[in-house]
Amino acid sequence: MKKDKPEKTNKVKYEKTRSGQNKLAWLKRDWRLYAMLAVPIIWYILFCYKPMAGLIIAFQKYNIFKGIKGSQFIGLENFKFVFGMRDFGISLRNTLWLNLLDLIFGFPMPIILAILLNEMRMKRVKKVSQTLLYLPHFLSWVIIGGMVLKIFAPTTGAINATLMKWGWIEQNIPFMTDGGWWTFTYVLVGVWQGMGWGTILYLAAITGLDSTLFEAAEIDGANKLQRIWHVTLPGIRSTIVVLLVLNIGRMMSIGFDRPYIIGNTLVKDACDVISTFVYRAGIQNNQFARATAIGLFQSVVGVILITVANAVSRKFDEQSIW
Amino acid sequence: MSKETKSSPKGRRDRITVGQWILTIIMILFVLICILPFFNVIAVSLSSKSAILRGDVTLWPVEFTTKAYEAIVKDVSLWKSLFFTVELTVIYTVLAMVMTIFIAYPLTIKRLKGRKFFSMFIIFTMYFSGGTIPIYLNLKSFGMLNTMWSLVIPGLISTFNVIILKNFFSSLPYELYEASVIDGANDFQILRHVYLPLSYSSIATLSLFYAVGRWNGFSDALYYISDRDLQPLQLKLYNLIKGSQSIDIAVLEGNANELASSISESIESATIIFATLPILCVYPFVQRYFVQGVTMGAVKG
Repeated sequence: MKKDKPEKTNKVKYEKTRSGQNKLAWLKRDWRLYAMLAVPIIWYILFCYKPMAGLIIAFQKYNIFKGIKGSQFIGLENFKFVFGMRDFGISLRNTLWLNLLDLIFGFPMPIILAILLNEMRMKRVKKVSQTLLYLPHFLSWVIIGGMVLKIFAPTTGAINATLMKWGWIEQNIPFMTDGGWWTFTYVLVGVWQGMGWGTILYLAAITGLDSTLFEAAEIDGANKLQRIWHVTLPGIRSTIVVLLVLNIGRMMSIGFDRPYIIGNTLVKDACDVISTFVYRAGIQNNQFARATAIGLFQSVVGVILITVANAVSRKFDEQSIW
Repeated sequence: MSKETKSSPKGRRDRITVGQWILTIIMILFVLICILPFFNVIAVSLSSKSAILRGDVTLWPVEFTTKAYEAIVKDVSLWKSLFFTVELTVIYTVLAMVMTIFIAYPLTIKRLKGRKFFSMFIIFTMYFSGGTIPIYLNLKSFGMLNTMWSLVIPGLISTFNVIILKNFFSSLPYELYEASVIDGANDFQILRHVYLPLSYSSIATLSLFYAVGRWNGFSDALYYISDRDLQPLQLKLYNLIKGSQSIDIAVLEGNANELASSISESIESATIIFATLPILCVYPFVQRYFVQGVTMGAVKG
């Protein structure tokens, strides 16, 4: 029984390659593969492409009871309305601003940490440090947000309490209730969460460097710092540039969880970003069409940025190879 | 300096120099920054209300009490939420992995007609998506809102993971595939008996990616779930820390009100620890798979 089938498939393959007559031979041969593909592809159609078609409501006076077909087409009205909203301007500004701060403070940290880790010779300490440094990455933003609310709280929070005890401050620092301080807290928490995990790619890149380079530098009399500056850093330059460019490409998109969970109504003007704005307008207030318009605007700008970023990073990648 | 130049090229047996000690101290500082917040939350969860309100609690419990934990372990809804999240994560991970394998494997077979098209078809979704609202309305049209499936189906396939697995499959020698065909195996058999046994560690890695993503997932539950019985742990925890729900303290014996006011400050911290423990228990054992996964994704990223 088992022997029959393969011969048949082999024959089919042969006939096709010899004469090219049997037009459907490929289907006969590969139907199992297509059967495997079928379910995921249907999933992609129903849950990725169908919502894309749903973007049409951004151009409609959408009524949920009438549906997409019954709703009136109004061109760019929704966009005009949304761009005129004060809150939209604020969320766009905050999205870019918070992402920029994340980039400035969050981007260099993993590089520094990776170089420090790489220089460590005590293997055990290094291993344990890595394990603990990666840990924050695995906690949900709800857990981190909960901890932040506790630790940065006025009076009872560990930070305010400690600073008070040491006499460094006389009044509580309004970490969660003042716009500027809130931004500070947001960025700090982001750096805290991402710095360890971010080292992995750099560590892999450093490990991949040719060890004879280091030996040569050493024989030439370069000290530790000189070796880091002249061998390690140039060696991982392409990784740094590629990651930097890709990060810049993602400037328009911002996660929902972090700003939403850490944020609160007191610092609305600092913590409102596009993702939270879309949620509030769309799901909480049922302004589906307008929220969709914001989302579409964000996606389109995002796609342009990412495409440019990818092209640029590919260029750098090639350069580093030659 | 000169000492160092002499000792290091010899290789792994370097002496521990002053520089190494400084480095180690800096690293310990970083590690402390990463873990001290946990100590603080644990300390608060084990302290009395008055000590917390005085601002006395930093890294060590003051006026030690476990009342907060006693209260939360008696809260049935919290346990329910925990078990629901476990169930959800298991179902999601299994289904997601099956789908990922089923799409990654055919895309590995070079002779497959339309392979390029299918690749483009899935990669496009990495760049562009319908966005929050159209996806929400789409689920609504399927009647999935407020069901468990709204947390399983929409995120079932991560195209990024598909690409990682596809790259891994492609890295296996194609002769293996050809040899299996000649031996008379069909594609289902080849996948099951040749490809899958060779990729256990990749599959473990990707499963963990999916599982952690689901376990930590919050926003989809916030968007789609309003039924209290269907709240995953993260949403439940969020509602607790934001004060829109509270732990059911009435189940405790004695004067509920008095007890409630005596532990209210530590109860949120105890809940945070309760929700973190499952991750902390698994984390040390699975950490290396994650590291592997990140570098795997970067090879051809």
